[in-house]
Amino acid sequence: MKKVLAFIDVVDGQPGEIGYELLDFARQAAPEAELVAVGAGPQAALEGLAGADRALWTVADGYRPDLVGEVLTAAIVAEQPDLVLVGSTAVGMDAGTYAAAKSGYASIAYVRSLEPLDGSLAAQSVILGGKMVARVAVPDRTVLQVLAGAGSAERGRVPGRPAQVGTLAEPAAKASFEGFGRPEAQDVDITRHDVLVSVGRGIGDASNIELAEELAEALGGVVSSSRPVVDAGWLPKARQVGKSGNKVKPKVYLALGISGAPEHLEGMRDAACIIAVNTDPAAPIFEVAHYGVVDDVLDFIPALTESLRVRQG
Amino acid sequence: MRIAVVMKLVPDVVEELVLSEDGKRLERGDIALKANEFDEQALEQALLLKESSGAELTVIAAETGDVDEMLYTALAKGADRALKLVGDGLQDGIWNAQYAGILVDVIADVGADAVLTGVQANDDLDGQLATWLAAGLGWSFATVVSGVEAAGESLIAKKEFAGGLTANLRLPLPAVLGIQASPEPPRYAPISRVRQIMKTQSLEEREVTAPAGSITVLSLRPPEKTGGAEMIEGDVQAKAARIAEVLAQQGI
Ligand SMILES: Cc1cc2nc3c(=O)[nH]c(=O)nc-3n(C[C@H](O)[C@H](O)[C@H](O)COP(=O)(O)OP(=O)(O)OC[C@H]3O[C@@H](n4cnc5c(N)ncnc54)[C@H](O)[C@@H]3O)c2cc1C
Ligand SMILES: Nc1ncnc2c1ncn2[C@@H]1O[C@H](COP(=O)(O)O)[C@@H](O)[C@H]1O
Repeated sequence: MKKVLAFIDVVDGQPGEIGYELLDFARQAAPEAELVAVGAGPQAALEGLAGADRALWTVADGYRPDLVGEVLTAAIVAEQPDLVLVGSTAVGMDAGTYAAAKSGYASIAYVRSLEPLDGSLAAQSVILGGKMVARVAVPDRTVLQVLAGAGSAERGRVPGRPAQVGTLAEPAAKASFEGFGRPEAQDVDITRHDVLVSVGRGIGDASNIELAEELAEALGGVVSSSRPVVDAGWLPKARQVGKSGNKVKPKVYLALGISGAPEHLEGMRDAACIIAVNTDPAAPIFEVAHYGVVDDVLDFIPALTESLRVRQG
Repeated sequence: MRIAVVMKLVPDVVEELVLSEDGKRLERGDIALKANEFDEQALEQALLLKESSGAELTVIAAETGDVDEMLYTALAKGADRALKLVGDGLQDGIWNAQYAGILVDVIADVGADAVLTGVQANDDLDGQLATWLAAGLGWSFATVVSGVEAAGESLIAKKEFAGGLTANLRLPLPAVLGIQASPEPPRYAPISRVRQIMKTQSLEEREVTAPAGSITVLSLRPPEKTGGAEMIEGDVQAKAARIAEVLAQQGI
């Protein structure tokens, strides 16, 4: 492997953690390869990317999906790398497959690790809601969408800019950017609580949220949730944990009727103690949980609330 | 505006996942398939656009399993046309690059100027359909979209990032959108209405040939157990009592 491109996510002027993770991931997978960071954003976003040998950068503001797709395509065409790494993020989803299609590269998504395979590589991809891992041969010239957490941002972040920074002209974009929308302040900030009682689709219905509220009260915590619960309108967006919600790190995380899709795990896997309750013994949430209960949450939640009340007298 | 919603069947992961003998894929005949949940969100978003701006709505699905009910349900919810793509090899499942390869011509024939599909599906091993399609068609696009409004010759799309940050994007038509969530939860079509539609309306069919797929799966298997959780046994009271004890040990 001679050359690897790592695409650096930049949103609202800020590089995301995933960019540093990709630099580390690339060094682990192909230590001998030249590593080129590619991205679109302000020059300041290059700080911390000194771990890359070079950067190829487009100075751009705002955010346009086709712009990031075209920047990555142009970089691939110019550099002809063996491997391209893109984060499995809202930005990577715009850039990755699009650039693969435009440049004739192969595309493999949801990659959590790479392993050697007869002088080449195989990717391990987490699919089917986390229930299966596919080993996929990585052809020469492939774009990989890498899951958050596959590399270490701490190792990947090196102070300073890459030794060499080349510029890529801003490509024409069809989309225009009309501004960012910021989340409204909410009464409850789930990132600041020690105990989260988190409910998923398994809670069944809006009226059952009350059971979780009672449990949270008994525990001195607050109710959070997976995405479908928010999409159904049962809880406000500020309560959502995961990729497109909040990243949380409470002392205790109760996952009640949550399957454990990678997008959810991304937001809570660092919790100190994870307790999962699910009717499906094969639910992927049990892979990251410290304690697991196979049961119906509608039976279990009231039973736990009752147990706590008894203990508390 | 003419909107096409592209849907696909995916393995229902709550049901048992049966592997083929060579261990490289799911045994499609022995597993439950269902509509990709994000495609249902895309359909709902398209129905809302139709209601607000009078768009014509065609729902498209390749016959990678029994798609009739999914398509009739879309008609019952308010889609104008339903197009079933049929052909050899589809029943084994196709990768998204293949699906996009088929769809480029189909979408031109339908005359769509906006294509909505789910942001992802649980079996998108070769990348997401919306971006394969956007590249294939050469249209403007956005993925991870949770709200779309018609604005003359453009669509205004709300794209989501982490932490609740969103971007408002103006996408000139024609455009492809990968829908994460519709502003309203997907509507429900009563079974009686679906049955009635089955009697009064029919699915259009079109013969297609899938291009070759580019992905080589070496093996497919459940994740290796990495320690995993301590599983608590007993009746529900006993389990609750044990978890209460664990919480007490955590100082809660
Ligand atoms: C770009 C993108 C971003 C995303 N961002 C997020 C995010 O930020 N957060 C997030 O959570 N998801 C996110 N998702 C969605 C994610 O892929 C999953 O769809 C979601 O996490 C599933 O939520 P769930 O576990 O509640 O539902 P499901 O996967 O449907 O799981 C429900 C679980 O409940 C169990 N169950 C059912 N009934 C009961 C019962 N009575 N008692 C006990 N258990 C029961 C079932 O066995 C199942 O395991 C994102 C997806 C995309 C594409
Ligand atoms: N999206 C998909 N979901 C499930 N199976 C698929 C999917 N796409 C392709 N397959 C099957 O997986 C097989 C593996 O690819 P191949 O190695 O080309 O035989 C394909 O031929 C299909 O039968």
